Amino acid sequence: MNQLNEYQNMWVYIESEGGKAKSVGYELLNAARPLADRKGCELVAVVIGYQVESVAREAVGYGADRVLWIDAPEFASYTTDAFANALVALVEKYRPETLMIGATNNGRDLAPRVAARIKTGLTADCTEIGIDEDTGNMAWTRPTFGGNLMAVIMCPDHRPQMGTVRPGVFRKGAFDASRRGEIVRETCRVSPDEIRTKLIERVQEVADAVNLEEAEIIVAGGRGVGSADNFRLIHELADVLGAKVGCSRAVVDAGWVSHIHQVGQSGKTVTPRLYIAIGISGAIQHLAGIAGAEKVLAVNKDPEAPIFSVADVGIVGDLNEVVPALIHAFREHRKSSVT
Amino acid sequence: MNICVCIKQVPDTAEIRIDPVTHTLIRAGVPSIVNPFDTYALEAAVRLKEKLGGKVIVISMGPPQAAEAIRSCLAVGADEGYLISGRKFGGSDTLATSYILSEAIRAVEKRENIRFDLIVAGKQAVDGDTAQVAPEIAEHLHLPQVTYALNIEEHDGELRIMRDCDNGYDIISVPLPAVVTVVRLPYEPRYPSIGPWLESKKRTIPVLSEADLETIDLTRCGLSGSPTKVKKSYTPVRDKHGTIFSKVPAEQAAEKVASMLSEAGII
Repeated sequence: MNQLNEYQNMWVYIESEGGKAKSVGYELLNAARPLADRKGCELVAVVIGYQVESVAREAVGYGADRVLWIDAPEFASYTTDAFANALVALVEKYRPETLMIGATNNGRDLAPRVAARIKTGLTADCTEIGIDEDTGNMAWTRPTFGGNLMAVIMCPDHRPQMGTVRPGVFRKGAFDASRRGEIVRETCRVSPDEIRTKLIERVQEVADAVNLEEAEIIVAGGRGVGSADNFRLIHELADVLGAKVGCSRAVVDAGWVSHIHQVGQSGKTVTPRLYIAIGISGAIQHLAGIAGAEKVLAVNKDPEAPIFSVADVGIVGDLNEVVPALIHAFREHRKSSVT
Repeated sequence: MNICVCIKQVPDTAEIRIDPVTHTLIRAGVPSIVNPFDTYALEAAVRLKEKLGGKVIVISMGPPQAAEAIRSCLAVGADEGYLISGRKFGGSDTLATSYILSEAIRAVEKRENIRFDLIVAGKQAVDGDTAQVAPEIAEHLHLPQVTYALNIEEHDGELRIMRDCDNGYDIISVPLPAVVTVVRLPYEPRYPSIGPWLESKKRTIPVLSEADLETIDLTRCGLSGSPTKVKKSYTPVRDKHGTIFSKVPAEQAAEKVASMLSEAGII
C-alpha cells in the first residue's frame, strides 16, 4: 500500500498507430476533462510512439493540460515489453492518481501488465466513469455477465487507480486549436533484448471501409432478415440514408455478413445519431453495443422483442413489407428536404 | 512441450435471465460450462502436445464444483488437472487471482517435476469479461505475453502467433516460455469420445489450497488482498417507452416514422 496523497493528477494514455492517434484516447480526454476540473487537478495525456509529435500537439487541442511524450524508434509498433516499461517508468516518476487507457486490444494487453507490475487495481472495459462523492475515488462502471449486470468498482487504497475504457462509449470533444498546454519530452531507453516479442508481419484487411464507430446512421440487420440474400434490403435502406451497415452476432455466426460489421458486446460499440435495427431481437449483448445511440428505430415482427424496450420509435411488422416502405418514405423525405 | 492451460468454470451467460420483478440475475438452473475461450486454449495446447510431445496440465481456481470443469478437459486431451481452491482465495480480484495462479503454476511445476514452456488461456472469461488475469500472470512470472491469438504454431523452438488487431492481424514470434491468450482458432475444439469421457469421470482432481502453496503471501490473496472493491452492482433497466406502431399498415407506419425522424433533424 502506498502513500495516497503523493499521487496526483488524472492521466489518459493516448494510443497511436502509424503516427496517428486512435479515437478512444481523445474520447477519454473529453470524458475525463470535467472530472479533472472537479478534482482541481491536471489532465495529462501520455503519448508513446515514434514520430508522434503531432499526436502530442493534438492532445492539447482535445483537452490535455500537459502531455508526456516519449518518441523513439523502439516504439514504432506496439510491443507489450517496450510500452509497459515506458509507461511504468512514467508512472513511477510522476505518480498519477488515476490512469485511464482505451480498451482496445493493445490497451487491454498493456494495462494489466502495468497494473501487475505496480501492484495496483485495474477495472476492465468500463462504460461509465465518475468520482465517488463520499471518498473522491474514481467510480468505474462496467458490464459483467455479458452485459446482464453492471458493477461499480473502486480502488480505495492503491494508486494509481487504473481503468480501461471501451472505445465508442464517449464522444470526442471538438478540437480547439487555441488551447494551450505544456508538452514535456520524456526519454525512455528500451534496449532491443528487453523486447521479447517480434512483429514478423502485419496484415491489414482491406474490407475496413466499415468504420461503424464514427457512423452517423447505422442500419443493422439480424437473424430476422432471413438470409444472406435478403440482406440486400438492409443495404438498400442504408444507401438511401447514406448509412453504414451493421449486424447482430447471429448473422455473423450464420455466415451472412463479415464480423467487421458486428455490433454488440463482442463486436463494435457504436454511438450513431440513429441506429436502425431490422429483425434484431435485442439480446442484452447487442443492446450493450448500442447504448450510446441517440435514437433507435426498431423493426421486428415480435412485439415482445427486447429491442423495443430501447427503441425511440418502433414498427411491429414483417420487415419484408416494412423495409421497402421505409425506403420509399425516407426517399420521399430526403427529396422534399433537398428541394 | 509442457503446457499449462488456465481455465475457468463459468455460468453459461447466454442462459442468464433477469428476474423481471427484482431486477436481479437468476442464477438457479443456469448450467456451468468451461469458459468457451478456454476451450480453444485447451485445443491449441493439445494439438501442440500431439505434435511435439510433453504434457498438458489444466489448472483452475474456483470452488470445489469447478473440479467438474477440469474433468471435462481431461476428457478432451489434458493429461492432468489441479483445482486451486482455498478459503483464503475467495473474493479475489484479478490482481489477487493472477498472483495466486502464478504461485500455483510454480507449485504444479514442482509437483510434476517439469517446467512449463507455455501457459495458455482464453482471452477472457465470459462472466467477468476482464481479459486481465493472464497478462497479470505473465507479469508475476516475468514471462513475455501475446494476447488475442487467432492461431498458434511452433516454429524452430519459438511460437508464431497470429494476433487479432483492430483491422487485420499481426504475425508475432515469441520465445518460450511465454503466456498466450486465445480468441478463437481456425478449427473447433474437439468433442470427447465416450471412453476418455467415462475415464475422466472417475478421476480425482488434486486440490491445492493456501497450505499447499509454500511461498504464497496471504496478504495478497482474497477479498482483503484485492486492491479493487465492488461498490455496488445493478441490472440495467431498459425501458424507453418509445412510440411503437403495431397493427398499422407498413406504408402508413413508415411514413410516420420518416416524418418523426425528419422533424428531429436526423434524416
